[in-house]
Amino acid sequence: MAIEVRIPTILRTYTDGAKQVEGTGSTLGEVLADLDSRHGGLRDRLVDGGGLRRFVNVYLNDEDVRFLDGLDTPVKDGDTVTVLPAVAGGAVTALPAVAGGAVTALPAAAGGALFI
Amino acid sequence: MLEISRDLHDKIVAHARADHPDEACGVVAGPAGSDRPERFIPMTNAARSPTFYEFDSTEQFRVWREMEKRHEEPVVIYHSHTATEAYPSRTDISYAGEPGAHYVLASTRDEDKTEFRSYRILDGQVTEEPVNVVE
Repeated sequence: MAIEVRIPTILRTYTDGAKQVEGTGSTLGEVLADLDSRHGGLRDRLVDGGGLRRFVNVYLNDEDVRFLDGLDTPVKDGDTVTVLPAVAGGAVTALPAVAGGAVTALPAAAGGALFI
Repeated sequence: MLEISRDLHDKIVAHARADHPDEACGVVAGPAGSDRPERFIPMTNAARSPTFYEFDSTEQFRVWREMEKRHEEPVVIYHSHTATEAYPSRTDISYAGEPGAHYVLASTRDEDKTEFRSYRILDGQVTEEPVNVVE
């Protein structure tokens, strides 16, 4: 089962510069684990203890998987998974955990990209 | 250096003013590899906040896919600060995910004058760059 996974510029260090890689699995979670076996560290940039990372968008074909089943979203042969870093920021120093939700203080990022 | 037309500069400023006191955000797309901002794409701030912005994820997907079809890339990613200076915050730096983009910051903290500055943000490092507004 070949699932095409499109990788944003900022994560291509994990794929030797490839814009697109192939994975197998029957759910998104399985595909990411499969990719991680060949591109070590990639999965960690997309997933944390609670599931998909807050400021990374993952789409199955045209839909944000947060509106589907997250990591449990079933995938099938010929599907395309697209990863895009969320475009976000602002004057705030403590980021909301969800848009409009309770403010959660996150570790200050001194010189590093937080979602990475 | 960011070279940008007067028209695009003014559109960004107008967007920031219109959304004040919430932060405004958007993209200016241009032909891939050209470094020329050409197509103004104001985005919804899904956070609708005076101190935070976030592109709506579905809208972002559509815009990114459209840019790809048109062989474009996001040359400028802009947003506004409404009570602080037009300088990238720690949050802005942390979430800068397009290494090739010019990050434009406008500030609407002053009623009469909108600050407009541009930066490159790479690997957590901010470098301010001059802005050349072309009439």
